[in-house]
Order: sequence, then C-alpha cells, then structure tokens
Amino acid sequence: MDMYGWIQLALFAGLLLALTKPLGVYLASVLDAGGKTFLDPVLQPCEKLLYRLFSIKSQDEQNWQQYAVSLSVFSLVSLLFSYAVLRLQHVLPLNPQGFGPVSPDLAFNTAVSFTTNTNWQSYGGESTLSYFSQMVGLTLHNFVSAAAGIAVATALVRGLSRHSARTIGCFWVDLVRINLYLLLPLSLILAVFLVSQGVVQNFKPYAAAKLLEPHTAVAPAITNIATQTIAQGPMASQVAIKMLGTNGGGFMNANAAHPYENPTPLANFLQMLAIFLIPSSLTYYLGRMVKNQRHGWAVWAAMLLLFLAGLTVCWQAESAGNPRMHALGVNPLGGNMEGKEVRFGIFNSALFATVTTDASCGAVNAMHDSFTPLGGLIPLLNIQLGEVVFGGVGAGLYGMLVFVVLTVFLAGLMVGRTPEYVGKKIEAYDVKMSALAILILILSILGFTAWAVVSNWGLAGLNNQGPHGLSEIIYAYSSATGNNGSAFAGLTTNTPWLNTTLAFAMLFGRFFMIVPILALAGNLAKKKLLPQSEGSFPVTGLTFVVLLVGTILIVGALTFVPVLSLGPVVEHFLMTKSAVVF
Amino acid sequence: MAAKARSLFDTAIMLPAVVDSFRKLNPFSMLKNPVMFVTEVGAGITTAVLFIRSGDEPVGFILQIALWLWFTVLFANFAEAMAEGRGKAQANELRKTRTKTLANRIHENGDIEQVPADQLRKNNMVIISAGEVIPADGEIIEGVATVDESAITGESAPVIREAGGDRSAVTGGTRVLSDRIKVVVTANPGESFLDRMINLVEGAKRQKTPNEIALTILLSALTIIFLVVIMSLKFFGLYSGMSFSITVLVALLVCLIPTTIGGLLSAIGIAGIDRLVQKNVLAMSGRAVEAAGDVDVLLLDKTGTITLGDRQATEFIPAEGVTMQELASAAQLASLADETPEGRSIVVLAKQHGLRGRPIAELPHAQFQPFTAQTRMSGVDIDGRKIRKGAASAVCDFIGKAFPLDVQGALNRISQSGGTPLVVVDGEKALGVIHLKDIVKGGLKDRFDRFRAMGIKTVMITGDNRLTAAAIAAEAGVDDFVAEAKPEDKLALIRREQAEGHLVAMTGDGTNDAPALAQSDVGVAMNTGTQAAKEAGNMVDLDSNPTKLLEIVEIGKQMLITRGALTTFSIANDVAKYFAIIPAMLIGVFPVIAPLNIMGLQSASSAVLSAVIFNALIIIALIPLALRGVQFRPVGAVVMLRRNLLIYGLGGLVVPFAGIKIIDILVNAFHFV
Repeated sequence: MDMYGWIQLALFAGLLLALTKPLGVYLASVLDAGGKTFLDPVLQPCEKLLYRLFSIKSQDEQNWQQYAVSLSVFSLVSLLFSYAVLRLQHVLPLNPQGFGPVSPDLAFNTAVSFTTNTNWQSYGGESTLSYFSQMVGLTLHNFVSAAAGIAVATALVRGLSRHSARTIGCFWVDLVRINLYLLLPLSLILAVFLVSQGVVQNFKPYAAAKLLEPHTAVAPAITNIATQTIAQGPMASQVAIKMLGTNGGGFMNANAAHPYENPTPLANFLQMLAIFLIPSSLTYYLGRMVKNQRHGWAVWAAMLLLFLAGLTVCWQAESAGNPRMHALGVNPLGGNMEGKEVRFGIFNSALFATVTTDASCGAVNAMHDSFTPLGGLIPLLNIQLGEVVFGGVGAGLYGMLVFVVLTVFLAGLMVGRTPEYVGKKIEAYDVKMSALAILILILSILGFTAWAVVSNWGLAGLNNQGPHGLSEIIYAYSSATGNNGSAFAGLTTNTPWLNTTLAFAMLFGRFFMIVPILALAGNLAKKKLLPQSEGSFPVTGLTFVVLLVGTILIVGALTFVPVLSLGPVVEHFLMTKSAVVF
Repeated sequence: MAAKARSLFDTAIMLPAVVDSFRKLNPFSMLKNPVMFVTEVGAGITTAVLFIRSGDEPVGFILQIALWLWFTVLFANFAEAMAEGRGKAQANELRKTRTKTLANRIHENGDIEQVPADQLRKNNMVIISAGEVIPADGEIIEGVATVDESAITGESAPVIREAGGDRSAVTGGTRVLSDRIKVVVTANPGESFLDRMINLVEGAKRQKTPNEIALTILLSALTIIFLVVIMSLKFFGLYSGMSFSITVLVALLVCLIPTTIGGLLSAIGIAGIDRLVQKNVLAMSGRAVEAAGDVDVLLLDKTGTITLGDRQATEFIPAEGVTMQELASAAQLASLADETPEGRSIVVLAKQHGLRGRPIAELPHAQFQPFTAQTRMSGVDIDGRKIRKGAASAVCDFIGKAFPLDVQGALNRISQSGGTPLVVVDGEKALGVIHLKDIVKGGLKDRFDRFRAMGIKTVMITGDNRLTAAAIAAEAGVDDFVAEAKPEDKLALIRREQAEGHLVAMTGDGTNDAPALAQSDVGVAMNTGTQAAKEAGNMVDLDSNPTKLLEIVEIGKQMLITRGALTTFSIANDVAKYFAIIPAMLIGVFPVIAPLNIMGLQSASSAVLSAVIFNALIIIALIPLALRGVQFRPVGAVVMLRRNLLIYGLGGLVVPFAGIKIIDILVNAFHFV
C-alpha cells in the first residue's frame, strides 16, 4: 500500500466527485423528455427523425406495465437479432478471419449476456467472432442495454418524485434520448481519446509477426512456433462504451489486460473513471429530482464508503501477498503479482477489480482467480451485494434504491411514523416488490451454485478443488445473476450446461429484477407526495449514511456469509495457517 | 372500566397466558405468523430427528436443541398471550358494567313493559329513572339527569346529560343518579360501543394494521431468504466434504430468521391498544392507533382543549352615562335564559354585583331569546325593553348603528388582550361591555413546542374573531389558528390539509363535528358527545378531555417506534449468531478457521446450543419492552433516529456477543454438552 496508490486513489475519488454534479445536471435535462441540452442543435433533428421513423409519440407516457412490456419486447427482439447475427456470422460481411458460425448454446449465452448488460464471455473475442458480430451483434447492446438500465432507474426516480401520477415516462423516448444525448457523445469522446493512447481501430485482417525467439511447445503436441498472430479490429469504439455503459465485454479475450485495449496508465485510469462516471452522476440526478440534493450526496457518500472499504481490503490483501510463496523465497515486498499485468501492478489491479465489480462492468485488467483469497473475496462480495456501489449504469441506482427503501422501512419506524421516503409512504406493496427484487438475486445465485457444486456438469469444468473451486463456481453465478460479466476464471464455462444455466441466471438477474422495480416505480408514482417536516425520516446526513451502509452489509452480505466462509475465508486461513494443498 | 396500569407480571394474567402459549402451538393458528411457523416446523423436525437419528450426533444435544426451539415458539406465544391477557383483563372489567339489567321499554302505543336489557333493539325507547342502570347505548330525547359514569371513566363526579345539544349521549352500564330521562337506543346488543371495545382489547378479531402487514411481508421475505441460504448450505457442505446435520442446520436457520421481532410483533400491537385503554381512550381499530403516530396536523378546538373549559365573565364595563348596576342588571336579564356556560358565568358575575338570581318563573311576561349559533345573541323582551347581549358584530347588526367611541374602545381593548367582549344593548342603546376571559391550560406551550420539534403542526380552531384568536394562539403557542370558524370550516380545513398530504387528527363532540371527525385521519370523539360524533370518529375518549389528543399521538408513535426498534435489534443480532455458529460448523473439517471463533466458545455443540438458547431467551427478555413500549421522548426525527439506532442497532450488534458468551460458559459449567 504505497504512496503512489494513495495519491492515485485521491485523484480518482476527487475527479469522480468533481464530475458528478456537471454530468448529473446534464443528465437531468437528458432524462426529461422536453429537456434542453447544448447538443440540441445537432441532435434534435436526429431525435425527431427517430421518433418519426418508429412512430413514437414523445408526449405519450406509459404506466409501469406498458413500460415493462416495451422494455421486455425490445430486449427480446434485440436478443433474437444478436443470436441470429452470431449464428450467421460466416455469411455476414466483415469477417476477414473467416470465422464459422457460433455454436447454439454459446450464441444463446452470448446474446443473453449482452442483452442483459452482463457481457459474460464464454468465448474468446479475437478467436471466435467476426468484426461484424462484435460491432453490430454485440456493441449494439452495449449501448441499448446500458440505456435500458438508465431508463429503469429514471422511471424509479420519476416514481419517487411525482405526485399522484399514473405514468413513469415513455421507454422509447428514454431509450432514444439516453443513447443520443448521453452514451453516443461520451463514447465518441472517450473512443477518440483511447485511439490517441494507442487503442487500435481498424478492419484489417490479423497481423502475423515473426518471433525473435521461436520456441517449441510441448503440449498438446510438440510444435515449433515461429510466428505470432496479432489480432486487429475496431476496438476503441467498443472499449469506450464497454466502460461507459458498464458492459465490460472485451474485444479481446484478455479484456483490459490486453495492450491494445488498455495501452497506457492514463488509458487505464480513465477507463476506470468511465465505469463510475454515469452511475455516480445518477445519484446527483436522484437528489435533483426528489428536490433533496443532500440526499443524493448521502447516497453517493454511502457508495464511496463501501467502495473505499472494499478497495482497502483488496489492496491490502494483494500487497501482503501469499505467505507460502514468501516461504519459498519470493520477496514479500512485491505482494501478490500472480495473474497481474506488470504494467499495472498491485494498486491498479486491485482498484480495477474493485471498480469493475462495484459497478456491474466486468471488464478486467488482472486475473481475479489469482488474487489472494481475501483480495478475491472483495470482487465476489461486491457483486453479491447487488453491485450497488455506484453500480451498473442505472442498475446501480435502482439496486441501491431498493436497499434505501428497505433501510427506510426497517429503521423508519424508529422515528415513530409509518416509514416514508422522500415524501412517499413505504407500504406493503413497496416492501413486497423490494424484497422480491433481492430475493430473486439470492435465489438465482445460491440456487444455481448449489445445483452446480453437486453436479457432474458443474464440477467438470473446474480446474481447482476445495474452497477455491467453490469460489470459482459461486463467482460465475454471482457474476451472471448480477449482470457483471467478469469471471473468476479457472472454470471452463463454454459447455452446454454452464452456457445455458449461466444464461438463465443472467436473464433472471436482469428481468426478474427490473419488473418488480418498475412495479415499485409505478406504485410509488401513484402515491401522494407528503410534505417534509422535522418529523420525517431523515435521508441525509451521517446517521442515514451509516444506516444505509449497515443495512446493505447486514441484509445484503449476511446471506452470503456461509458460502463465503466455505470459499475464500477458509481458503485464507488455509493459506496463512496451514500447509494443506488442494 | 377505570383502567389501572397493571403490573407486568400480574400472576392472574401470567398463568392463563402460560396455558394459552401451549394452545397457540396449533400450526393452523401459527400460519398467520410465518416466522414463528417456520420455527415451529424446525422444532418439529429436530424432534423427529431424535427418533430417526442417524450419524453420531449425541441425543442430549439434539434433545436440548429441540427443547429450546420449542421454547422459542412458546415464548413468542407467551408474549402474545400476555398482551391478550392484559387486554382480556380490561375487557372483563368492561363486562362487569353489563350486569343483567331490566329496561323499561316504551311500546309504540305508549305502554311500558319490562324487558331484559339484551332484548333491546335499535330505535327502542326506554325510560330510566334515578337509581337505575342505563341498559344500552342511547341518546336522551327527553329530560335531563345526572349520571354516574365512573364505571366507564373511573371519574367519580357525576355528569349532567340532557336532551338536545352535544351532551345527549348515554352509555350502557352507567347509572342515573337523579331525575328521569327518556332514551332512544342507538345500538343493538353486541354492537354497542362496549362490545366493540371488548372485541378489540381481547384481540379475538384483531386485524393486522397496514404497517404490521408490510412488516410481516418483509419478515417473511427474510425468512425465505434464510431458508434458501440454509438449504444451499447443505449442498456447499457436501461439496466441501462436510455433512451438516439437520439439527445444526435448523438451529442456524432459526437463529437467523427474525424470531425476536416475529415473536413480539403482535404483542406490540395489542399492547399499543392496551396502553390507550389505560389512558381511557377506546380505539375502534389498531389502524387508528397507527395513524395516530403518523398524524402531522392537530386540529384543536380552542375551548376545552387549549383553554380551560369555558370563558368566564370577569368584568362589566359600563358605557358613558350608564351605571354599573344598570349594566349588571341588563346583562343578567339577557343571560337568564342563556344556558351556555358563558351565560351562566354572567349571572354569577351579576350576583357578585349584588343582584340576586331571578328564576325565569318570576318573569312571566318576559319573552326570552335563546342563544343560537346563527344569531350569536341572546336576550329578553320584557316590559317593552329589548335587551340583547352578544358578539359585537351581531349586536351591531341588531341595533343597526355603530357603538359609541368609549364602548368601541373597551371592545378593542378586550379583544387585543385575548378576551371576548360581549356588548349589552337595551333597544338601540349600548349599555356596556362584558369581558369574557379564556384561561389557557398550563404546560401547553411547552408541549406544543415539543410537537413542533417532531414535525407536528398544531392548528387552533375557534369561533372567536381574529384578534381574540391571535392573542390566545400566541399565548398557547400553537402554529396556526382559524378564527371565526363555522363547523363546516373544520371539514374544509381538514380536506385542504389532507390534499397537501398531511394526516390530520382532531377532537369533537357535537353532531356538527361528525363530518369533520369522519374525514379526519384520527377523530377522537368525546364520550360526552353525541352518538353521531362517536360513530364518526375512530376513537372515543372516556374522560372527554380534548387535550388527550396529544397523548394519543404519543402512544401511536411509541408503538411504531417499539416495532422499529425491535426489528432493528432482531436483524442486527444475526451478526453475532453467525460468528457463533459458522465457525462451529466448519471447525471439524477446517480446524484452521479457529480464529473466527472470536467469542472463544468452548465447543462446536455448545456454540450452537448457546446461540439457540440466546435466541429463545431474548424473546422473554424483551416481552416487558414490547408490552410497555420503548421510552418515548418528543424530539425531532434526526435525534430520535440517532438515539434509537445507538440503543437498538448498536445494542443489537453487541448484546448477543455478550449473551451467547455467558450462556456458553453456563452451558459448559453445567455440562449440558
């Protein structure tokens, strides 16, 4: 835990804080169907054209059921579209490597994965997918699934801020405006910047480089290797939105650890910042909409607190390294460098891992599987908490708001009133929907994992035994259900069983969460907005922040204590206190 | 019923409660409480394990776990039975008032027949004479009587009930002390006010309140979550090469699900109603008690609530050229037929000026003009004189011209001081002014300040003019006032506040209060009030003390806080229980995790057993808190939250660590495992 790390952390948190308000203000006008932005002269014609093209009446708002149906239908159609693209990539253009069609279960898994904003990758991008598949089949989702997430969060915030309203906005308008005014311009800027750092952006066939030191591989068969294939492709455009939209699906199999995707320290720093940028601004948007800016900052502070706590543990664990390696003569000062890019080192790997799992991004610049047990526990726990620490774009905010609703309900009674959140009474229906959202995540993660760990198909892909193997499987289903997409790896997931069960975990985690949340939004919108007074439950200030963090840890984390104890925690003690080898 | 605060451990309540806790084990009745139902099923499963035991788990251990799980369920049942028992004790006292009485029913043809009271039906007429017990709830349609209502209110001083006006209601079970009244019955047997009350305190037909329903949903969700956790844990154990025993898994499950709040939830609700009854307030539903905690606007009648009873005449101020004696005499004449307390106080004041009271019978030629809300004047036409007294504006309209300057001066002076001036006129001549004074009750200002800190707005409502109202409002420290209010203004005000999202509480007694009582979120009718008012409100104050509204709000809040505090405590407990049980479960296969046993519990079985025992005992330990309610201080939400969070949140984290450790020491000291 060196000084450069602390300086970088301060810079990271400071920049995030500084950007939250300006982008939050901008978001407020983007997310208002009639809002004015400085990009109107350029983009309004496109917006109008799109409305005319799809005959969207921008004034017509939807109730929550209509909103949910629109979102689901849109997701289903785009899912089928991507499935078709992957299955037909051999006959589609932009396939200089001549890749064949993707197998049915992998195509299903991948299409689901991108539609749900998960970007779980059972494939290696550069060895499986054509440029067309990457750009059209997948990057499309990087935009629209991110926009859908933001749209749901917006709908929920509208529910909170409206007085006795029937509608929560129009999904189609939200979808168009979020893409047009927010994601496209930001991605363009970031992509151009990334190109300046050396991220490639081309349609060239893969290059072949002659190795200076040819060598002989011994497995699976003895072969002499004299050339290396270097993958090419339109990466910058995909990398920008993969971060900004908290998608995380890398162009390359190595994701952000690959020098073409993440060439410089500055590119690395900005990519991490890009992950938190929109989720962080959404808290400002929340405060603005509920006319309680301090509440927005309180939510932001709770997120920052959880982020810093997670990061500190992970960073500390990675810096401390593995005592068994030290016993073999490895310098303890180096920390645990296994599975890390030397370019990034301990701090930037720990920070990236924390950020990518706090948010539902899932891009990685190091091998989470190779982290120390406690270092690896943090990304896993972050995902299991529901990725509410800034979280996915939109998904982080609505996940957090579910916890806020539960917090207000659990502790709100203690001020001697029926629990009330920013002027909305929290009643049976709201509790039911919030509890349902959390219950589904837990059911999916624990259910699938429990099934997998006692099944041959689940254990077949496992490269490690014992507690670490358990961590690998629970990480996979947590990541899929949480729509994160990062992998602990160490588990070969490209098998029909795992592809299919993981795909269902992704679908459950996305849509069975979104529907109750939209129902919550609709129900909240219907309620009267009660005037705030001295007697109202305080949703600002230190007490609230502590309470919220406490609820997230107790309600969210306690559920996973048993399985985490059997996985990373036991592994930690085995590593530090015994000589047992698995 | 003269409710007294009962000792928490009254054996007369405790013993039947113990029996009841066993009766409540019936799984069908447990179903309404999902958390405890799961606990009971868990207890059943561990008991079954005793008989179909496999593996090497010691019988003694399984037996103890099973026993303590049953205790957990029994303790929760006991809490509920205690609360119900206390309610039943109240109800029994209420029942005592309904001794078998005979009623003199008047037939349509005018005959009087004696029938048992329980044969009376709505709209029957009865005659009740001095010494008789009033057989049913009803309304006096003829006569006036003094009534001993101590059976209901505990107040020994008799009260006057009379036909017409707002004090015409009589309650079954009270006794007529003097005179004879004719009463129309307003409730069928079993539907009377007392019957509804008995049902409510007995908890037999208790409906869950909205908030309780929401909380039950959350507790059920947590229970399902932990069920999933425990079931999946079995599989994770299999993967890790451990076969967790059913006993231990059930023990962990019961420890994790929120049994503390689940077990005490209904007791808290019943105790809330019970506390109201002890204050002599009957709530018609638990929902009303809950709403009382949510109220943020209190609509307070000036008279009786803010000021002491009625205005009293304190001073005669004669006009120029009028003697004190003339004014006093005219004022007395004008007030003879004015049965309002103000009217009577004028007669009393006149007496102090040497005028003896003149019975109306002595003035056969006099034509009395009674006071009405519309004319706002009373008076007498006697010997060609038209003497009137009343509010300045009304009298001004009557004489059709402005008052002399000195009278106007006196009027202004009195109004500005918060008093009420009445002008006395003889024909067109203004004789002078009577000074009526309001006396604000002591301690109210302080109380209103505390309410303000809690975010509750107080609005005083009065028929007085703005000046008077403002002066009293300032003296009493209310936030707002409505002056010159007519009865329908109350309703309009409530609707307006509600449209803005406020919850409004009010008290009322008159028939014209009924619409407002019905519209308000918490409507407290005075027991002395009319039947219409009582039916419209959702609470009745047996003492007819409007100031009690403040206490009702406090009790409502206290009930909600108790529920929240125990929920927080219950959930915070889980942390310690994990630290007790998880290491115990894993240590067999992974001895390296010993450092996780931070409490230093002596063995795996004693750790599990201690956690289960703690989980059961904490319910018993918290019963007094659930029944009494947490300590309540009227402070702002921020302070209240921080304080309760420190006590129940932090306490909930820390207490079980200590508790489980102590139990573990005892369990080992006595070699239970």
